[in-house]
Amino acid sequence: MASLNEWILSLLVFIPLFAAIVVLFIPRENERLIKLSSIAVSLVPLALSIYLMANYFTAHLPNGGGMQYEVKLAWIPQLDSYYHLGADGLSVPLLFLTALLSTLGLYYSSFTIKKRVKEFFFLFLLLEMGMMGVFVALDYILFYVFWEIGLVPMYFLIGIWGQPKDRPRYAAIKFFIYTLIGSVAMLLAILAVYFQVGTFDILEAARLQPFAGQIGIASLVFWGFMLAFMIKVPSFPFHTWLPDAHTAAPTAGSVILAGVLLKLGAYGIIRIVLPTFPEAFSQWSMVIVALGVIGIVYGAFICISQSDLKRLIAYSSVSHMGYVMLGVGAAGAGIAKIAEPGMADSMAMAINGAVLQMFNHGIITGGLFFLVGVIYERAHTRDLSMFGGLSAKIPGYYAIMMVVAFASLGLPGLAGFWAEFFTFRGAFDIVAVWAAIGVIGIVATAGYILYRIIQSVFLGEYDPHKIEHWTDMRTGQEGHEPTDLAGFEKLTLWPLVILIFVLGIYPTPLVHFFNQAAQTIINAL
Amino acid sequence: MTAPILPSILPEIILVVAATALVAVDLVSRRRANNATLAGIAVIGLLLSALAVYFNLNGQSPRPVLGMLAVDGFASFLMITVLLGMVLVVLYSIEYLKPYAEHRSEFYAFLLAVSLAILIAVSANDLLMVYLGMEFVSITSYILVGFLRKDKRSNEAAIKYFLYGAVASAVMLYGFSMLYGITGSTNLSAIADALTGQTLAGGMRWLSFTSVVLMIVGFGFKTSLVPFHQWAPDTYEGAPSPITGFLSTASKVAGFALMVRVLLVALPRFALDWLTVLAGVSMITMTLGNLVALRQGNIKRLLAYSSIAQAGYILMGLVCIPQEQFHLLALQAFTFNGINGILLYLFGYVFTNLGLFAVVIAIENQTGKTEIKEYAGLVQRSPWLAALLLIFLLSLTGIPPTLGFWGKYFVFGAAVQVRFFVLLIVAVINSAIAAGYYLNIVRYAFFMPAEDESRIHISPSLRVVLAITTVMVLGLGILPGFLIDWASRSAEFLTQF
Repeated sequence: MASLNEWILSLLVFIPLFAAIVVLFIPRENERLIKLSSIAVSLVPLALSIYLMANYFTAHLPNGGGMQYEVKLAWIPQLDSYYHLGADGLSVPLLFLTALLSTLGLYYSSFTIKKRVKEFFFLFLLLEMGMMGVFVALDYILFYVFWEIGLVPMYFLIGIWGQPKDRPRYAAIKFFIYTLIGSVAMLLAILAVYFQVGTFDILEAARLQPFAGQIGIASLVFWGFMLAFMIKVPSFPFHTWLPDAHTAAPTAGSVILAGVLLKLGAYGIIRIVLPTFPEAFSQWSMVIVALGVIGIVYGAFICISQSDLKRLIAYSSVSHMGYVMLGVGAAGAGIAKIAEPGMADSMAMAINGAVLQMFNHGIITGGLFFLVGVIYERAHTRDLSMFGGLSAKIPGYYAIMMVVAFASLGLPGLAGFWAEFFTFRGAFDIVAVWAAIGVIGIVATAGYILYRIIQSVFLGEYDPHKIEHWTDMRTGQEGHEPTDLAGFEKLTLWPLVILIFVLGIYPTPLVHFFNQAAQTIINAL
Repeated sequence: MTAPILPSILPEIILVVAATALVAVDLVSRRRANNATLAGIAVIGLLLSALAVYFNLNGQSPRPVLGMLAVDGFASFLMITVLLGMVLVVLYSIEYLKPYAEHRSEFYAFLLAVSLAILIAVSANDLLMVYLGMEFVSITSYILVGFLRKDKRSNEAAIKYFLYGAVASAVMLYGFSMLYGITGSTNLSAIADALTGQTLAGGMRWLSFTSVVLMIVGFGFKTSLVPFHQWAPDTYEGAPSPITGFLSTASKVAGFALMVRVLLVALPRFALDWLTVLAGVSMITMTLGNLVALRQGNIKRLLAYSSIAQAGYILMGLVCIPQEQFHLLALQAFTFNGINGILLYLFGYVFTNLGLFAVVIAIENQTGKTEIKEYAGLVQRSPWLAALLLIFLLSLTGIPPTLGFWGKYFVFGAAVQVRFFVLLIVAVINSAIAAGYYLNIVRYAFFMPAEDESRIHISPSLRVVLAITTVMVLGLGILPGFLIDWASRSAEFLTQF
């Protein structure tokens, strides 16, 4: 197994690319083969990522974790840039999340994507490659290359497979340009770091602490990185691309966008910004905390006023990713007071909460977007006022929606709870006032979940005249009554529901992963 | 240092022989010579010439030829870039020239002549030679632009280009004469020597500044910097498409080579003057080029403005050359020294743009049109062509892993190194604007439904061009190490201060 462990990260990154190239050479008429082969090949990275979790958990976590499975090969020797990969407790679960959501997305799409099938599967696999790459790259240039590789396929997913009434072309270009501005700013920041420390190695650069003591220039570089990452997260006030992109994207695209792409930003903050610029981070931490809390509250209140189910869930992402910003911001605010007793623990707690929120939000919101897809495929509308009383008609769907929505609300016993608990537990010790304001967001979340989603979709009277035509996803026939989940929809949703339960009841192993990573970061500060 | 002259100018000699052969073959053949034969001769001539550059000169110490030409690494990097680029232009022309049997051999011969002119220009080491090289490039270009004698647009393009060019080169010549007046020499190194240690006071100071500005006018015309760019859109649109491809790439290389060499070798003393002027020109050029490009509906005009904007980025490399108090520092000491950025950018830009023009020509050959709305639904008509279009546009936008990214990376790196924040902010904003119109083409090609669903036929010669450029753009984009190394070594030849 030693040789597998050495190459496992490269395999995770390049198997999706391999699958994409395979798809490219299958004739476009042979849709069945395209779908089958891409799903089949995508199972390999999924299996590898599960093995990776198990292996890291048994072999490395008891020994202090740390960066494992490292590969370092000369790539551009002239620039001192390497093909340098590695994974630690932070990235291993996120790799699993990426592989899982990609496979589910491919599987679900194989039933719902009807036009330009070949391109869809090709781009989707390319996207998976880019995301995997970001989570394992330990060289700035490599990181940047993977970061940008993810950008182009998503642009096409939104633009080509979006519903015409959601202005997909506008949403796609908006997504692209927002992200591009961020990434160019990041490129300049990367160059600035290089001129300071003379290396493109992410870990090495963090160790050398560029711009220590020069708060002016350090802030500039810090904000260069933060601009890229906060646009991706997206943090208020850079979030406006998100509702448009989400609403327009096809179901699987939304799932990946919410489930993984948003995490790239948060991952970048924790992997790069926090360890490399602790001083600047400490200096600006209150801004991050404030933007996080504004995101939480503002996003939640916007949700209450939405009439489009998908847009509502998109804004809920803004709100939920605000927790992540609050967590990392609070950890940053703690840097200055790190010597105080218990402070390091609170910081670790806040980071744990933030990372847990990244993972759980991936599962939960991924699930919610699948669920929106399920109802949209049937009713061909997402207008909340058109629904009502569906609980009696489609109880299976209702049950799963209840679980996922309550997890999103943070009900104890389901996955979402722990993330909020840890975040606020950590943040209250460090930035009590802001954390208290953030709690308003939790209340508002309960409001939009119960009032907008559960009540207006499932409760009340069912009015058969509101929506005349329902598509039966099992047969593809039109009917006058909504029909419950089809087999493929259940198969897509069950893994997520199971994970929500398991991580809600017994989150310890996952916390173990993140805690070790958080401790490592804090010890290095 | 007396190097044998003949080997040093072997590449030029090969081109002259090949050009003569083209005309001769056409004359002696009883009927008009075969198109493929002519193109074959031209391609072989260009490739042999490139080989001669590679084996004869690459990596060698500079060889001054009669003090007029500096045949050094810097020149040979650009020579090889241009010669390979011209091979692609010849390949374009095969299909394009089918209807014009009469003048084919002249067309190819002029393509070789203009290559010869560029070889001379990139190695010119004397103001006289700079001027002659530039004029040689210009005059052959005028003829090529006006090649479609019965086409009004082609004529208009040529006249416009000629009038602008004539004024610009006269202005530049005036600048040269002032410089000669100040220093008493036309040799670039001798000018630098004459200026070292001198303090220029009062009127002389103003005279030197004026001469720098006047020279920049000339170079700015060739490289289509704002405000000397007005000829570009009309000329690009009216010229035969292969020539548009040439004008936006190889011709630009010549302009940048001349500008960089004259300013760096002869005028490091006036760095303050030209750095200030060019910094402003760079920002205005990229902003104006990008903003106007946003509104274009014709692909050739759009690419004209895009190439203006790209010239602004390339100029960043020169503006951000390592310096201390406007005292230039040795390039060797810096990984990102601006000049290697310019070389990488030019290399990437030449092959990306030529690839893009191959797509444009393929569509033009089929539909006869160059409007962007003709690109609607391209992905259904020819998925491969659409995919390549995307790759080239991403390369122009500067998205990795394409060749275009590395050029941007190196000029941006130079700007970060000298901490020229204003320029950087302008460049970042411009990247976003540029993405807007590049992606607009992508939007048509991928998102819009096709009006006419007929497949697009791509001629074999264009296939070759597309294959070569794609392999270069993606291959060297993923593994750029060799190219970066070569560009950096080549750039160091210019350091004399």
